[in-house]
Amino acid sequence: MSGPSVLFDVPGPKARRISLVSSIVAGLLILAGLAWIVLTLAAPRQSGGITLPGFFDPSRWDIFADPEVWSFIIMQGVVGTLQAALVASVLAVALGIVLSLLRSAETAWIRIPVAVVLEFVRGMPVLLMMLFILLVLNTGAYWAVVAALTLYNGALIGEALRAGLASLPRGQREAGLSLGMRPLQSKMLVEFPQAFRQMLPIIVAQLVVLLKDTSLGFIVGYTELLRVNMNNLGSFYGNRYLFSLFVVTVVLYLAMNLSVSAFARWLSKRTASKSSGVRLDPDDPGQAMLVAKASASARQSTNSAGAGPGDH
Amino acid sequence: MDAVIENLPTYWRGFSMTLLLLGVSGVSALVLGTVIASMRISPVASLRGFATVYTELIRNTPLTLVLLFCAIILPYLGSRLEYSVAAMIGLSVYTSPFVAEALRSGINGVPVGQAEAARSVGLGFGQTVGLIVLPQAFRMTIPPLINVFIALTKNTSVAGGFFVFELFAGGRELANANGDAVIPILLGVATLYLVITVPLGVIAGQLERKWVVQR
Repeated sequence: MSGPSVLFDVPGPKARRISLVSSIVAGLLILAGLAWIVLTLAAPRQSGGITLPGFFDPSRWDIFADPEVWSFIIMQGVVGTLQAALVASVLAVALGIVLSLLRSAETAWIRIPVAVVLEFVRGMPVLLMMLFILLVLNTGAYWAVVAALTLYNGALIGEALRAGLASLPRGQREAGLSLGMRPLQSKMLVEFPQAFRQMLPIIVAQLVVLLKDTSLGFIVGYTELLRVNMNNLGSFYGNRYLFSLFVVTVVLYLAMNLSVSAFARWLSKRTASKSSGVRLDPDDPGQAMLVAKASASARQSTNSAGAGPGDH
Repeated sequence: MDAVIENLPTYWRGFSMTLLLLGVSGVSALVLGTVIASMRISPVASLRGFATVYTELIRNTPLTLVLLFCAIILPYLGSRLEYSVAAMIGLSVYTSPFVAEALRSGINGVPVGQAEAARSVGLGFGQTVGLIVLPQAFRMTIPPLINVFIALTKNTSVAGGFFVFELFAGGRELANANGDAVIPILLGVATLYLVITVPLGVIAGQLERKWVVQR
């Protein structure tokens, strides 16, 4: 449904006035709510007979005037987060490619165990995987974070790529084979590049999830942005700055995530207009993948109904 | 294996807390998400703007930050909530934009022609929405909603990092106490998560497949 205008009559002058007035009223209510929160935070607080300054008082923010604090946040926190995210992204995409090829292999004794393992990995919390790697393989926090993120997101990317492979028209493979390519050649040279391009928005969206999940390193003890700000700086400068540090952390995370999300959205728009296929929503990779998988299997079933029993 | 069997009560305590977190925050995320979704399709511009900004901000904030806010910053600001209640609030707030998006994309997925047809045979707004659009939107929202709940199940584990004794926290405690049986203990925890997530995933996939073919 493109717009709500189909659902009701075109609003006349009266209805438009009502909606304008209610829009202003609702806007004022929202602003009042925000103002209340801000004022409550800004008000000086009583704590055991001592009056503490409000949360927007300069004395709670003065550490951020110190360039050394910023360089610590950037060098330790942001770099730690981005390093884990980057390494895990590269490894996850590589693992995803391998898994998608294994998962769509012709031989059943490769395909089925891989499918079971993928199902197992996808149904587990990443945090549990991190703990498992940390305790069992004894790798240290960094590799626990990277390996768990790689495994989990690799499984998801692999599943997405497999759905992309399955949703390609059968003729692509047949054309490759009829030119004398071996099955693997046709898969790598003909089918896979198309599937990868089609699934690229989902993959990038999954990488946003990966970036967000690096913050789980906080719980297993990896030194990333959240830990640097809340533990290291928080205990160094004391409780007084806890709120300001939290606000700075949120802003930094939002800046990183929003820019990668915007990139995913741009990419999805671009690929959709080029390949004119279904546009997969990059905002929700899980859901987009569900749609992709279902339409892939739907296409497969119609294919095999039309062209007799297929090879898989 | 013995370590798992000996500690079944601990497992059960953690698992019931996980289920409680899942149930309570699932239901409240559903309510909150519905409110946000209806704000987003409402004719009132300021509500629409608010809902859009809310969705965008919450969805790009890591869950760890949300729960850290609930568990550490809220008490620091003076709240007296129990940790488990705070975690439920955090999980519902974090999940609500995903619910809202699932609902909205379901409604958007109904072809415009359906509403046009309903309008052209003379149905009013309430009839069009209630009799034509929502019944069709409903089936399209169920699989994505199940997906949201699968994600929520896995996300409850993060609460275990913030002073809530649920399955993950229980598993961590047991693993620390039984250094010689870490693998079976953690596999036991994983199994309990899989008991929830795998069946839900199978149901979601089957429903989606069924309805995609019908469409």
